[in-house]
Amino acid sequence: MLSAMSVKRNLYKTPIKAIRRLVDDVYVMSFVRNFDFKAGQVVAIDIIPEGNARLYSIASGENDDDVEILFDEKPNGKLTPYLSRMKVGEKIYVSEPFGNFLSRNEKAWWIAVGTGIAPFVSMARSGLGTNKTIIQGAKWDDNFYFSEELENAFLQNYVRCCSQQEDTVNFKGRLTEWLRKQPELPMDIEYYLCGSAEMVVEVRDLLIEKGVHFKNIISETYF
Amino acid sequence: MNSVLKTNLFGLTLSQLKSLVISLGLPAFTATQLADWMYKKRVTTISAMTNLSKQVRDKLENEYCISLIPSSKVQTSIDGTKKYLYPTQVNKFIEAAYIPDEDRATLCVSTQIGCKMGCLFCMTGKQGFQGNLTTAEIVNQVQSLPEFDKLTNIVYMGMGEPMDNVEAVLDSIDIMTSPWGYDWSPKRITVSTIGIIPAMMNFLEKSQAHLAVSLHSPFDDERREIMPIQSVYPITEVISEIRRWELGRQRRISFEYIMFKGVNDSARHANELVRLLNGIKCRVNLIRFHPIPDTPLEGTSMEGIVEFQNRLKSKGLTVTIRASRGEDIFAACGLLSTKELVRRQAETDF
Repeated sequence: MLSAMSVKRNLYKTPIKAIRRLVDDVYVMSFVRNFDFKAGQVVAIDIIPEGNARLYSIASGENDDDVEILFDEKPNGKLTPYLSRMKVGEKIYVSEPFGNFLSRNEKAWWIAVGTGIAPFVSMARSGLGTNKTIIQGAKWDDNFYFSEELENAFLQNYVRCCSQQEDTVNFKGRLTEWLRKQPELPMDIEYYLCGSAEMVVEVRDLLIEKGVHFKNIISETYF
Repeated sequence: MNSVLKTNLFGLTLSQLKSLVISLGLPAFTATQLADWMYKKRVTTISAMTNLSKQVRDKLENEYCISLIPSSKVQTSIDGTKKYLYPTQVNKFIEAAYIPDEDRATLCVSTQIGCKMGCLFCMTGKQGFQGNLTTAEIVNQVQSLPEFDKLTNIVYMGMGEPMDNVEAVLDSIDIMTSPWGYDWSPKRITVSTIGIIPAMMNFLEKSQAHLAVSLHSPFDDERREIMPIQSVYPITEVISEIRRWELGRQRRISFEYIMFKGVNDSARHANELVRLLNGIKCRVNLIRFHPIPDTPLEGTSMEGIVEFQNRLKSKGLTVTIRASRGEDIFAACGLLSTKELVRRQAETDF
């Protein structure tokens, strides 16, 4: 989820087509698609037409029939506790897509934590996954959302870093530890980061420390 | 009753005080009396509110208090700037900078503990985000200031992105500018933003204070390299929204531009800046970059800044070079941070 601030964009009443819980408090919701978008863009969503809409990265592909978002229910949140309880057919209010966290066809690394994986899932589903390496960080093996789909799409170019689970089948450690362990990082590619500001700042600092030019680092912070 | 368990009246606006007193069965005008005592007379206890009956004071003291928090540390710069450290939530701290000048005295206040925006050049962003300040915690920085009576200006340019905490910011401005509060002119107040458009428009609608936009590059793709917010709210969109807004004669808009060597200080950038701001009545503040640890950015030389200023001025823009204040005590632009004081409950997992 991105911003928690008032949005004056027009919101359009849209029926929910599906909602499912992935694990813990993380949900995937899909709704009727009424617009074109570019993979990496966000939409503002609310349960009332004039409120404080929140921003969510689109997780579905550019050619998919429905729009899908990924969200994490926050116990004291103003929207997500309501979203998680909504039913198929009920209406939410959705803006047109916006934002320019857009990937290109060139080789790149995509780095994400938690629900920050959403824009990269959209990019992969939209055919932008060629030449990409995707690195995903999470606490537990269950928190690698869309991992099966990403594994099939990226094969050995998909790295999972599991920070808490002792018997993980993935790299045991934080995402930053994995990056730090790499003897060299490619210098002639772009790095796309998506997640909390804390993660973006720490990973960006690490990439710069390892010689990546800051102009090659494109970030989207979930704020 | 331990005051820690009581609700703080300080930081409540008049309408909030009215709701509160009515819920207690007190007449609505009691709210005006409370506001007068707290914000004009600046008392620190309910018992000092001598035009309230003892019965009313006792009733209020059962559940409420007036809690101001003095700074726990102050550092003084060789240029007279003072940096105050204020405790906030448990184990958290924020900083505010008092900047005295010949003809004015400015307080730079914080609005969040840390920041979520992750700008490449700012120390505050490096500590992550630990929480929003309440209205009380924002106004506390002003009212607890030993130099309160000397203040001429307030700038919301400290830790945090004000528009990411816009309701508390608006309430704090309400307290400072309303006749029942400090009754200051809103022209004495400037709120800075990196361009969170919806909250910025909310601010323009509800407040008459000045707006300062952190620009730092006129090119969308280049701004994205130093400010992640650009991915969501491009600067060209921010400027479009500002153009659409009738600012009126009293409200000033300024654009902040930190000068980075070889990044945004070329003639090309100056020309694009002129084009981008064409027709907007505004001021551009050029700011010397204050390097932070592990940053790949360098500051433009003073000669380069002056040259850039002259280039913009020759095209008709009003441009000032902001004097760096408090650099030796890390109080200057981009340097505020309580990272060393933040106690994390657990290491962040990623």
